[in-house]
Amino acid sequence: MSWESLSAFIDMGGYGGYVWGSFGVTALCIVIELAALAMRRRRILREFRE
Amino acid sequence: MTMPDIRWYKFSSPQTFYPLAGTLAPWFAIAAAVFAVYGLYIGFFLAPTDFQQGEAYRIIFIHVPAAWMSMFLYLVMAGWAAVGLAWNTRLSSMMAIAIAPTGAMMTFIALWTGALWGKPMWGAWWVWDARLTSELILLFLYLGFMFLHAAIEDPRRADRAAAVIAIVGAINVPIIYFSVKWWNTLHQGASVNLTRSSTMASTMLWGMLIMSIAFWLYSIAVVLVRVRCVILERERNADWVKQLGART
Repeated sequence: MSWESLSAFIDMGGYGGYVWGSFGVTALCIVIELAALAMRRRRILREFRE
Repeated sequence: MTMPDIRWYKFSSPQTFYPLAGTLAPWFAIAAAVFAVYGLYIGFFLAPTDFQQGEAYRIIFIHVPAAWMSMFLYLVMAGWAAVGLAWNTRLSSMMAIAIAPTGAMMTFIALWTGALWGKPMWGAWWVWDARLTSELILLFLYLGFMFLHAAIEDPRRADRAAAVIAIVGAINVPIIYFSVKWWNTLHQGASVNLTRSSTMASTMLWGMLIMSIAFWLYSIAVVLVRVRCVILERERNADWVKQLGART
């Protein structure tokens, strides 16, 4: 699959909102999960030092 | 013939599993990233445009892997919860509670991407059909498991109570899986069938499988990191954790 241009890639044949809405929210979920895990681990290690 | 003397039970104690999980997690994370990049490359640059659905079908590369993981993680969670209930093994119950948030997230992703796919293809974000409704119930089972566990002060009692929900709720997983066969639904049938050759283009199928492996590896990495947090939180008064704390 070769895309004619970057804007064609973003447009996704008119379905850009649906496709990027899916991939974007998935990426956001992953970022939130990883950040929450990192914070949880940091909090535990901080409590150790107290 | 003698069996090699591998003491597998050794790793059933939180103290020995904690460093093992810490060693394994980064490797699963790296592998997940590699497979995700490869899978996305196939999904966006190799897989052709679908002749019926245009580019919208590309949602499949996360929708199907997330939906598979949502069901698979539930069975693994319920399995560990059941082991913990039956043999009173602490680590098993910790594994169950460490899996739940990731399972819930996969369920949410499956529902969300399904809505964004349903709107352009069916004309509706949501319909109350068997597949969608049973997947929504799966989300509530994950949340119920977590909330019940959090609501009970004593962690061992929480493990036992939550395990009952997890085990009873497992009946929902085959219902989700077979819902497209048992009921007349708007949702399409299984994408991959072991008994007959798939109707999908092979690059599409290949991309979906690579993305599924990526989701699988990601889930393992995240669960290993989370179970380490759970171990530290729940074993904080154990000598080995105190020694670990003294070194940080």
